[in-house]
Amino acid sequence: MADTKEMKKVLFGPILDSNPIALQILGICSALAITTKLETALVMSLALTSVVAFSNLFISLIRNQIPSSVRIIIQMTIIASLVIVVDQILKAYSYEVSKQLSVFVGLIITNCIVMGRAEAYAMKSPPLMSFLDGIGNGLGYSFVLIIVGIVKELFGFGTLLGFEILPLVQNGGWYQANGLLILPFSSFFLIGGLVWVIRTIRPEQVEPKE
Amino acid sequence: MSANKESLGRTVGVVLAVCLVCSVIVSGAAVGLRDIQQTNAMKDKMSNILHAAGLLEQAQGDILGTYNEFVEQRFVDLSSGEFVEAPSEDYDMYKAAKKTDMSVKVENSNVGFQRRAEIASVYLVRDDAGDVSRVILPVHGSGLWDLMYGFLALDADGKTVRELIYYQQKETPGLGGEVQNPAWQEKWDGKKLYSDDGAVALEVKKNAGAENPYAVDALSGATLTSNGVNNTVQYWVGESGFGPFLKKQAWRS
Repeated sequence: MADTKEMKKVLFGPILDSNPIALQILGICSALAITTKLETALVMSLALTSVVAFSNLFISLIRNQIPSSVRIIIQMTIIASLVIVVDQILKAYSYEVSKQLSVFVGLIITNCIVMGRAEAYAMKSPPLMSFLDGIGNGLGYSFVLIIVGIVKELFGFGTLLGFEILPLVQNGGWYQANGLLILPFSSFFLIGGLVWVIRTIRPEQVEPKE
Repeated sequence: MSANKESLGRTVGVVLAVCLVCSVIVSGAAVGLRDIQQTNAMKDKMSNILHAAGLLEQAQGDILGTYNEFVEQRFVDLSSGEFVEAPSEDYDMYKAAKKTDMSVKVENSNVGFQRRAEIASVYLVRDDAGDVSRVILPVHGSGLWDLMYGFLALDADGKTVRELIYYQQKETPGLGGEVQNPAWQEKWDGKKLYSDDGAVALEVKKNAGAENPYAVDALSGATLTSNGVNNTVQYWVGESGFGPFLKKQAWRS
């Protein structure tokens, strides 16, 4: 049985050491599109984390039964079902946010992080560790999304979670909002910057020159 | 064991079992949460109506209470312009438009749909004294990508626009999607629908100028969406839309 140290590594490793977005550059599209506001970033993080965790758990539970010829289809079926359930729950309990997230909740199905973890980890590992691995990777994804969301909302709208932090010029304050940060592609710069910061702290992540 | 796992029967069995379990979970979630979702969708529609009524700020989160206090849903026979009884408890004009016995064909208009319901719902907004202050008409028509659904709010005179609120559209974000931009929505306030001889005069066009009471400035970079809005408004306030209702002004009696 895995010891606590191993569990810690699986759970917290993906935040900095093997961050799915920053190191593996997976799941970029949703990270670009829905981080304009911190609230949507938080809900998306929660949605993705629960999907990865439970898809890892269920796939790991039946990993010895899955015939390898149809394993990808079975993984997709499980992931898709979980995504639909999450989407339905969001529509029921967080209608406004689900309207903003619109298609991106459904697109969790195609998020490479979920498939990647199912194929790379859950197919080979026991259920508990797979579940923790899912949560860990979800945390890594959330970490990037939340940082990008904070920067974009704070400097793009002058607010955080809708509360005014930097009073805007339009409302009689002093802060001129940065319109560039509201646009989806500005996340490219922010994620790029984040990758740079992480690789400065952890130089071993830098790929060797070819 | 592993050779056995790859056999045809085993594969089919596992796939079927997974599908069965997943479909039970998915349909369970969909059915179990349907009531809450429908309440949400209804509240969302109400808040859009309150927005068109100009009451959203006053409501301050109490959507249901404000709606029940100030807004009244009525039904109109579009050909005669008279109020009629609700055809059924949960009548939906967009569903009725799909049934041939409850709808008529759209002719001489490129509004973007084939049939419209004979009986439409309208929303009367009353002020504190109980007089009708605004009349809200549901309108829809095609934009660039898909049908756009909205509410057109008129003054009690039935000729002056107050708001045009789109609540469901799939236009390009940043271009056609700007139909939901508050700055553009404001441009509709005070525009006149009909010229002095009673013909539909209001249009969406380029360089309309804020002073012109018969024109609203088109959205830049979204010509087809703007044309769609133009066709939608002209159809719905015209003779084949709410025109007879707006001329009769049945809400006054």
